[in-house]
Amino acid sequence: MWESVKEFASEFFVTGDPLIYGADVSIVLSIIAIVSVLTYFKKWGWLWREWLTTVDHKKIGIMYILASVLMLFRGGVDALLMRAQLVMPEMQFLSGDHYNQIFTTHGVIMILFMAMPLMFGLFNVIVPLQLGARDVAFPFLNALSFWLFFSGAMLFNLSFVIGGSPDAGWLAYPPYSELAFNPGPGQDFYIWGIQISGIGSLMTGINFIVTILKVRAPGMTLMKMPMFSWSVLSSCIAIVFAFPILTVTLALLFIDRYLGGHFFTLDGGGNPMMYINLIWMWGHPEVYIIVLPAFGIFSEIVATFSRKKLFGYKSMVFAMIIISVLSFLVWAHHFFTMGSGADVNAFFAVTTMLIAIPTGVKVFNWLFTMFRGKITFETPMLWTVGIIPNFVIGGMTGVLLSVAPADFQYHNSYFLIAHFHQVIIAGVVFGFFAGLYYWWPKIFGFKLNERIGRWAFWLWNIGFYLCFMPQYALGLMGMTRRIYTYGWDKGWFEMNLVSTIGAVIMGAAFLVQIWDIAHSIKHMKRDTTGDPWNARTLEWSIPSPAPFYNFAVMPQVTSQDDWHERKLRIEQGLEKPAKVALEPIHMPKNSGIPIVMSMFWFFVGFGLIFDWLWMAVPGFIGVIACMVVHSFNYDTDYYVTVEEIKRTEAEAGRVIT
Amino acid sequence: MANVNAGHHDHHPDQEELRTFAFWIYLMTDVILFATLFATYIVLQGSTDGGPGPKELFQMNGIYASTFILLTSSFTSGLAILAMNKGNRLALMNWLGVTIFLGASFLFLEINEFIHMVSEGATIGTSAFLTAFYTLVGTHGLHVTLGIGWMIIVIMQIAKHGITPVTKRKVNIISLFWHFLDVVWIFVFTIVYVMGVN
Ligand code: HEM
Ligand SMILES: [Cu+2]
Repeated sequence: MWESVKEFASEFFVTGDPLIYGADVSIVLSIIAIVSVLTYFKKWGWLWREWLTTVDHKKIGIMYILASVLMLFRGGVDALLMRAQLVMPEMQFLSGDHYNQIFTTHGVIMILFMAMPLMFGLFNVIVPLQLGARDVAFPFLNALSFWLFFSGAMLFNLSFVIGGSPDAGWLAYPPYSELAFNPGPGQDFYIWGIQISGIGSLMTGINFIVTILKVRAPGMTLMKMPMFSWSVLSSCIAIVFAFPILTVTLALLFIDRYLGGHFFTLDGGGNPMMYINLIWMWGHPEVYIIVLPAFGIFSEIVATFSRKKLFGYKSMVFAMIIISVLSFLVWAHHFFTMGSGADVNAFFAVTTMLIAIPTGVKVFNWLFTMFRGKITFETPMLWTVGIIPNFVIGGMTGVLLSVAPADFQYHNSYFLIAHFHQVIIAGVVFGFFAGLYYWWPKIFGFKLNERIGRWAFWLWNIGFYLCFMPQYALGLMGMTRRIYTYGWDKGWFEMNLVSTIGAVIMGAAFLVQIWDIAHSIKHMKRDTTGDPWNARTLEWSIPSPAPFYNFAVMPQVTSQDDWHERKLRIEQGLEKPAKVALEPIHMPKNSGIPIVMSMFWFFVGFGLIFDWLWMAVPGFIGVIACMVVHSFNYDTDYYVTVEEIKRTEAEAGRVIT
Repeated sequence: MANVNAGHHDHHPDQEELRTFAFWIYLMTDVILFATLFATYIVLQGSTDGGPGPKELFQMNGIYASTFILLTSSFTSGLAILAMNKGNRLALMNWLGVTIFLGASFLFLEINEFIHMVSEGATIGTSAFLTAFYTLVGTHGLHVTLGIGWMIIVIMQIAKHGITPVTKRKVNIISLFWHFLDVVWIFVFTIVYVMGVN
């Protein structure tokens, strides 16, 4: 008996590496800490009622952001480990196998479990407020999306200590990701972690399309809609087209691995190249899915801090739509070198280069918005201005990569690594940071400390350039991606050293940001205006943080930048703050089903990873049961009384008579 | 703050309309899902790897029968909608019941076909062609199964609540879904079966 337990444990738990024991200990310690704190302060009921079962889009947004910051930490530690291994030739810090696992988890976590949820967090907290809406179209579905993402992310992260991490790269190309070459459970963790959270992303896409198209404030035509909401719409349309392809691709890989299929195997007539096509048909649009909202954020911030209307609103909208369409026509630029032939390569090279045009339009529009504006450089604006050179460099190296013949030189080299980190960190992640600093007072009701925020900004940027500029050169010098060590004779030492120093500085920058948050909480200065930046769009017209029903009275929109225009009219005495008649507000009830159902999904995934049908089958039944229970539940909403609205507004410092 | 005029009561949008709209978007994602599966099938169609191909495996008589059954079930689900619009609850439930019965018969034939093929040694692991075949046709079958379960739930809710805006929307959506499955099947029928044996 004991022997068989020991044997099981030795296969089930990953052992034999100090990093992993460290992770085990820290997981156990943090669970103990969380459980005891919650029990000691008797907070379980509060946690369940206020957060775990909430359907309030603002709280869901906060949970997304929190989870993604945790994932940024984890992915960042992975990045530092890799940079530590590469800091000098012939390092013995990580083994080759371990390095493979780390770059795979790093890539997956950063893109799917950090960038995506950070983006969804911003969608959630801001879009309904910008639209003058009480909530997203489907609050229950929204909660379910979050919990599915969360289950998937936890499942994926677990692979580090249970069963073993995936190591076939963040896109898991076969044949290496096939059973024959990759028998352990790591690859199945990859499949199910991404699959479960991917379903959540797809549902978020649908939810926000409907929200944006159907639940705007009266008078807000599409052409009066704030730019961030436009960017969310275009991103969600791309999600709805791209994510089903990912779902299928992962399912096919799973069928190969679990049922002995031959989609992508080398034997039985399978075709690995088909996987590469499919995964990039999702993967390339995915890059634009995360960058479009960042474009939207810059547009909002540039207008606010230049005290000007956004230049070229219509062309911005148009550019966004073109980008989301084109993003589906370029996928093959990821494998120019894999024998598609000159015609195919030429087509994909041209479509890729075309994307630079609408992107350029946007950059020029931001510049023209700033031109002759009364610019102030608070942190959100600082980030925005800092990002423009990044986009210019990243865009240019992207065009270089899109030249098919030249790509034979850059392909799979550090040049590519530098390029995509330039657009993804310095475009997307910095963009989301800008959005976080900008909307922070709206979300939490106080500003972050400006001085520490500036420190973080400069550290991030200096670190970034130090880390990635040398990599362009390293790529041209022949250093390929995914190598875990190299010899002294290559002459790559100095540049790698600089690069690692840059990475460490970025790590420090992250800590400074955390310090900024802690410091700002401690010395909190409540924002009582609801509009600390003197901004232009509707979310700033209500108290911060927004009351749970958002708008006590639905706004009537008459123009683009409606809140700004309204402030002007009031200032000029053309409009008086009108007397309002409050009415009871219709709200959705909390529900425990989303979290329970996602837990069952977790069991399905875990069971299938380890081939434990005794776990997967009941898990699946649980999922179905949750759906049925929800379908039979007709008691899903309630009304907030006028007295409660008055009381809540008064607490937020607004007197409504 | 501009006032909301009193006639425009409660500004929350019509949930039933929203849900129907969302369902159309969901259907579009399903279209993409099936399109991807069709694409993989078309790529791998010829990769029989020395194993049996469409000509040896497909028995068209059974396929004609199941096609006919599925098309009929689409029609009966339409009759259910007609009954619903007339406010005839019993007829509505009956027509949905008939639809379920036809759907189940379709599934029965499909499962039989699969069992038969497997017994002849044509399993999902035999060749890339068969992997793609079982996956594509099986995914459609899975959708049919889901549709049946869902329809049962809807019938129970009609029995409980009668024809209300909510149940009405649920019936409309499930019938939309059912027609969609029919359309997908027509593609399966043409691309997989008819083109396979010719
Ligand atoms: C913050 C500092 C970061 C550093 C220092 C860093 C560093 C690295 C390194 C050293 C690699 C491995 C290159 C190789 O050997 O092939 C890598 C790969 C990768 N990184 Fe980062 N990274 C950072 C942030 C990010 C972010 C924010 C994202 C995405 C949002 C990201 C996405 C990826 C992806 C997708 C890969 C490819 C993984 C693969 O080869 O399968 N990284 N990164
Ligand atoms: Cu691409």
